[in-house]
Amino acid sequence: MANRIKIKKGLQIPLLGESELTARGTVTSEFVRICPEDYPGVAPKLAVKVDDTVKAGSPLFYEKKHPEMVFVSPVSGVVTEIERGERRRILNIVVKADGTEEYIDFGKKSVASLSPEEVKKAILEAGLWFAIRQRPYDIVAVPNKQPRDIFVTGFDSSPLAPSYDFILEGQEADLQTGLDALAKLTAGNVYLSISSKTTNPALRQAKNAVITEFDGPHPAGNVGVQVNHLKPVNRGEVVWTLNALNVAMIGRVFNKGVADLTRTVALTGSEIKEKGYYNMLIGTELSSIFEGNVTEGISLRYISGNPLTGRKIEKNGVLRAYDAQVTVIPEGDDVHEAFGWASFSPKRYSAGGTYLQLKKKYRLDARMLGGPRAIIVSNEYDKVFPMDIFPEQLIKSTLAFNIEKMEQLGIYEVAPEDFALCEFVDTSKLELQRIIRTGLDMLRKEME
Amino acid sequence: MKALRNYLDKIKPNFEEGGKLHWLHSTYDAFETFLFVPNITSRSGVHIHDARDSKRTMIIVVIALIPALLVGMYNVGLQHYMAIGQQASIWDMFLFGLLAMLPQLVVSYVVGLGIEFAIAQARKEEVAEGFLVSGILIPMILPVDTPLWMIAVATAFSVIFAKEVFGGTGYNVFNVALITRAFLFFSYPSKMSGDQVWVRTSDTFGVGGGNVVDSYSGATPLGQLATSEAANFSEFTFQGITGQSLSISDMFFGFIPGSMGEVSTFAIILGAILLIATGVGSWKTMLSVFLGGAVAIVITNLFAQNALMDMPMHYHFLLGGFAFGAVFMATDPVTSSRTEKGKWIYGFFIGLLAVAIRVFNPGYPEGMMLAILFMNAFAPLIDFYVVDANIKRRLKRVATAKTANE
Repeated sequence: MANRIKIKKGLQIPLLGESELTARGTVTSEFVRICPEDYPGVAPKLAVKVDDTVKAGSPLFYEKKHPEMVFVSPVSGVVTEIERGERRRILNIVVKADGTEEYIDFGKKSVASLSPEEVKKAILEAGLWFAIRQRPYDIVAVPNKQPRDIFVTGFDSSPLAPSYDFILEGQEADLQTGLDALAKLTAGNVYLSISSKTTNPALRQAKNAVITEFDGPHPAGNVGVQVNHLKPVNRGEVVWTLNALNVAMIGRVFNKGVADLTRTVALTGSEIKEKGYYNMLIGTELSSIFEGNVTEGISLRYISGNPLTGRKIEKNGVLRAYDAQVTVIPEGDDVHEAFGWASFSPKRYSAGGTYLQLKKKYRLDARMLGGPRAIIVSNEYDKVFPMDIFPEQLIKSTLAFNIEKMEQLGIYEVAPEDFALCEFVDTSKLELQRIIRTGLDMLRKEME
Repeated sequence: MKALRNYLDKIKPNFEEGGKLHWLHSTYDAFETFLFVPNITSRSGVHIHDARDSKRTMIIVVIALIPALLVGMYNVGLQHYMAIGQQASIWDMFLFGLLAMLPQLVVSYVVGLGIEFAIAQARKEEVAEGFLVSGILIPMILPVDTPLWMIAVATAFSVIFAKEVFGGTGYNVFNVALITRAFLFFSYPSKMSGDQVWVRTSDTFGVGGGNVVDSYSGATPLGQLATSEAANFSEFTFQGITGQSLSISDMFFGFIPGSMGEVSTFAIILGAILLIATGVGSWKTMLSVFLGGAVAIVITNLFAQNALMDMPMHYHFLLGGFAFGAVFMATDPVTSSRTEKGKWIYGFFIGLLAVAIRVFNPGYPEGMMLAILFMNAFAPLIDFYVVDANIKRRLKRVATAKTANE
């Protein structure tokens, strides 16, 4: 029987638009775009030029300091464009799929017979290393550092989150292979956290991992919260974090011998008519699943990911690297709501008690619903931040970039996503995730 | 509403950068966001936001203050007509109070908000809503006869020197409304204490003229007790302004002389219920103020040497600004402790000190204002120790992790 940890603080935002557990087939697109900025902490160096022919599994770019960490093309085809932004920053690498799905064969391997170095090499060369993130700094794991432990979250608790139970059906063997591979990479433990509602036996009865059951509202599924409750990160230590979907993806490279970047993606959100799960590659253009499937006549926000931590994309945007969810909500920039501060409207949702909450589910748009202010209300962040950390004090020290205070208050234990709920409930409408991301990046620069 | 929206959209360019009226941009923005929820959508981070914003928070506090404000207005009229010995209907009394109160409210808001708007413009920021609450609190904690020019000077002083020099709403160390009162108390003590300031005996805008009855005395209950020669509380009775004895229910419902907002414990409880139900005010702070007060009262009662030390607990809580301070002043999140453990300590010492000042300082029978201001100064220190415990725990964890590895 797994250990059980009860999370009390947190918030399950009752959003409209949860996906039905229905598989709706595979989505492909002519062009596939890979965005290097999806990978935190990675300084991309191109490995291809425009007009180069690539196979699925050929490197498109690599990390400047760690050339062995490559990022590969999900399809076979031709590189048609490298889009750049300010200061020649690479925005997108566009690959035109030729439709042949020719994969580079890395060879099937049995994890049990491999040394840790060989396991690491297999993941790196297949371009799947990005699946492993590290704390501190919440970046793609630095491959030559030894992690104290590896933490895997087996469920997603965020609003409208995809069901890992459902996605992992049929991937049970890959998941176990992935866990076995990870177990080779650390001298410590692989911790797998499951929800009290988890039913998939591959998660519930996984081997080679310490299983803990978490019960409670979001962010119970955030790996950072789980680390903090199981074995917090101390100064000087490194832990690696992943979600179970990425573990299965790593498992696939050993079982199938190819870099298969297929994701099962939940299409969610109040503005989607036909919700469900689609199979697609990372980088696939999403316009075909939006076409005729969204509310007409209002301006919409398309999000790759969930409404708390996802990235805003255009209607013709692509599935971003870490996401297994696509959400469409109203943008709200065409709404003029009078006297919001005096409103008794049942459409407004608030986690606090300042609005009457009569509805069960809410259709929320992307408006800020207020102007930025100094931090005024106290105990607001704490209520949705189930870690042994003072969030407000940490935010303030990060804003001031007081490194000593940041360290003392636990900056090494957190990731921007841990502050997503704080940002949601914040009366002062501050961009907390951006503050933490910037702080972590600056801190890393300072320390390395 | 649509016509108004169109009008706002039409005049908006004037206030943008380069427009003729750009120097009023913050003012325009304040009015626009007052009328309509801004439809700016999120650019980074979360895509959805909680409907609660700073305006909603402040308006809840203002609504919570309204019962105390209304009862206070009525009581100003009640005390006035009692003092001049005339019969008047409830509505006349209320009207008199309203007329007495309104100029003070207007002065406080005009001066305070005027400064806030100007400074927000200079800083190119949005106007913060903090003064919406301070502006209504200020007349509620002052004697009704405070001259308007004094309110103007004190409000200007406290908005500028207690708030804006520290960076504006959210950065102030001391409660703005209490600094206003403290400024007046130390600058014009004769207008802020004693027997003559708590009841308006003259007419207001020609309403309620008359001569004070012979038996009139305007001392507040706490003032009476502080100057009393009685050796213990049982020899003492509280008197109303015409010499009638005051019952517990008079004190509970607020029919006694005193600052307008502070008299009615009943109305304050209504406000407290709203603040706690909406989560805007911290019940921990409120409760701990009363706990701290209770401890101090039990001790002074035990070692009672005079009537003031002997005063039972319920009188302490019903009289003066104790309840008002606990509910509306101590809970100000900016100047209070920001950690939950800290709030218990912070509130406890406010209650303790308020009673101590009340009982042991004969020159100043009401200690709530000074107790809260004093603890405002200590709130950051309390937080420091609460947070430091967390830091120590983290450091200890590093140490044990190291020894385990060796």
